[in-house]
Amino acid sequence: MNKSLLLAGVGGQGIILVSKILSEGLMEEGFDVKMSEIHGMSQRGGSVTTQIKFGQKVYSPIINTGEADVLVAFEKIEALRYIENLKISGTLIVNEEEIFPLPVLAGLEEYPDGVIEELKNKVDHVISIDARKAALDVGEAKSSNIVMLGVTVKALGLENIDWEEKIKKYLPPKTHEKNILAFRKGLDTL
Amino acid sequence: MKKLMTGNEAIARGAYEAGVLVACAYPGTPSTEILENVSTYDEIYSEWSTNEKVALEAAFGASVAGARAMASMKHVGLNVAADPFFTIAYEGVNGGLVVITADEPGMHSSQNEQDNRLYAPHAKVALIEPSDSQECKDYLKRAFEISEQFDTAVLFRVTTRVCHTKGVVELGEREEVGIREYIKNPKKYVMVPANAKEKHIEMERDRLPKLHEFSNTTDLNRIELNDSKIGVVTSGACYMNAKEALGDKASYLKIGFSYPLPDEKFKEFAKHVEKIYVIEENEPYMENYIKALGIDCIGKEEFPLCGEITPQIIRRIVLGESTPSTYKLDILPPNRPPALCAGCPHRGIFYEMSKYKNKINVTSDIGCYSLGASAPLYVGDTVICMGAGFSSGIGFDRVNKMAQRGKKVFGVLGDSTFFHSGMTGLVDAVYNKSDLVMVILDNRITAMTGHQENPGTGRNIKGEEAPMIDIVSIVKACGVKEENIKVINPYIMSQNKEAIKAALEAEGPFVIITKQPCALIKEVQKKRANLYSEVDDEKCTKCKTCFRIGCPAISMVDNKVIIDKVQCNGCTVCVQTCPYKAIKVHQERGGKNE
Repeated sequence: MNKSLLLAGVGGQGIILVSKILSEGLMEEGFDVKMSEIHGMSQRGGSVTTQIKFGQKVYSPIINTGEADVLVAFEKIEALRYIENLKISGTLIVNEEEIFPLPVLAGLEEYPDGVIEELKNKVDHVISIDARKAALDVGEAKSSNIVMLGVTVKALGLENIDWEEKIKKYLPPKTHEKNILAFRKGLDTL
Repeated sequence: MKKLMTGNEAIARGAYEAGVLVACAYPGTPSTEILENVSTYDEIYSEWSTNEKVALEAAFGASVAGARAMASMKHVGLNVAADPFFTIAYEGVNGGLVVITADEPGMHSSQNEQDNRLYAPHAKVALIEPSDSQECKDYLKRAFEISEQFDTAVLFRVTTRVCHTKGVVELGEREEVGIREYIKNPKKYVMVPANAKEKHIEMERDRLPKLHEFSNTTDLNRIELNDSKIGVVTSGACYMNAKEALGDKASYLKIGFSYPLPDEKFKEFAKHVEKIYVIEENEPYMENYIKALGIDCIGKEEFPLCGEITPQIIRRIVLGESTPSTYKLDILPPNRPPALCAGCPHRGIFYEMSKYKNKINVTSDIGCYSLGASAPLYVGDTVICMGAGFSSGIGFDRVNKMAQRGKKVFGVLGDSTFFHSGMTGLVDAVYNKSDLVMVILDNRITAMTGHQENPGTGRNIKGEEAPMIDIVSIVKACGVKEENIKVINPYIMSQNKEAIKAALEAEGPFVIITKQPCALIKEVQKKRANLYSEVDDEKCTKCKTCFRIGCPAISMVDNKVIIDKVQCNGCTVCVQTCPYKAIKVHQERGGKNE
């Protein structure tokens, strides 16, 4: 049975990097993998998603309504935006961080209250974490995406893959130490 | 060796393995990474060309001279390159020539979703469509063989989902095919009417029937028989989506070579299956052909013509499955459209222009500056295509005068767009005595597509030093009067203000060039890493004037205006805009990561 993961967040949060690390690890574990990333204009602070499917044989990475086994939201309102892609009884991993979109900053729309409560009330399996805070604990706010990687790996039960080696492969050497700490922080959340 | 690659990376690898020697492109989503990856192979000469027409012509020249060559572009880029494309179709090739078009069903980052498969029957050029990364590599090699075997250019059509999906690819070795002998042959390569007439007849009489026969026999068009109740004719990304949706519940005719289409294979497939679905994104290209053969099939009656066709759509239409249930929430998220980045050098001049809503019209262009048209700046009446920022302004300005609206027109485009097709509009404006104000937002890079070098950057695709073409000298050489040229730093609001004021008062064509590199360029980020602006809470009256510049770093938290230090690069547009002088710029020393 193939597994599908939808990662959603904001341009600049490092979602594509996390998706690359995940896909590489899965391939080396012997899975067939397809990963689709939609970018372009979304680099400029817009909403970004990547879709990953893995299993015996994968044809298309596209995930539609009610199809994702796991939804990883790197920002909490992005969980609201993509929740309809989550399977009933699927797992939602949500970063409690708030990044205000421009219409909110411009006062045209409101950033909603009570998002995490609403998610926890309505969705069966929710893992919520303040990834930015966890990353700051290891001394690097930018590593919050790697914290999310750790949580995702744990939630999928894929800890046996050598992820730390992948992190070293994709990130600049001087950031290795902090990113590996951030990854472990994510693993330890569950 | 196996590697996880996007379709674009796999196309680049295919070019390497196929012995390609010359590759040219103009950046454009979703095609950009093809040439970025080709440029990592030192065996191939690669270049960012000034536009797609130049890219195709350069590649064609290389082909005639005897090398395997390719040009890649996004779908709308082929419109720019259409002129050479149609005539190259007559001339054929010497070394293999492949034109890669990256189409965008669903328009993730484009202004239209034209279906470039239709260029193939229009120009009568062979067409190949891979479905995933492995096929991108393998089919590209086949494309070069077909090009040389049939003496034709080959159109290689991919879509966003093929370009930007990573899949496992088995790598091969490079085959050095070398450079073929060039023999002067005006009848083949000089398309004056007498020769073109001959070549057109030759193409219709000799080449196309051969390609047609090839289409019926090649394994690029293959039948996969499973259950005989449902037959699916499909190509490209749709093949993968159909397999994902239907698996062994359907039989497939997978079309990899899609011009000319294989009539015999369609007839044979129809004998095996009870019902045929034609699954293709955008135009009913194969469907119309199959129906014209008198074969019953279901196509656009059921499948959408606009946007992508996903596995879920296929399951719904073919299997009658309903959409899976999911979670419904009571809180809706606010929109998150792309926006000009914090520290973007375009913000200052756009903010200044936004103050003249009733005095100017703005014809904008393709690039980051198209984001100036959204809230809260709303600067931009039109966005069409590359270069139209200037040219459409010329016509707009004429009619504003005829209608005595008393409004000036500002045409806006960037440095890369200026070289691509803005220069011709500039010449037109000068030559035809337009009063257009032409704003060139020079941020030293092709930004929107992810920072590609251009003729103004001073570096080429490989990052090597290159001549830096000077925009100001071009503007002067085109005949814009010295007093009608303002070169400004757009981080300094008084310069923005004065330039716009001067433009409003001037007669004849006027040019404003803003010079400030893109805030996301690595060196710029390093240089400005310790700069940020900060709000003095005691002076801040919460008047929200700073919100009008539309900077994503500025927000109101707990009834306090705050500026996000991480995003802010100290451009100081907000500092200069605050009526109460409540924002100050800071430079931290040693406290921040580089």
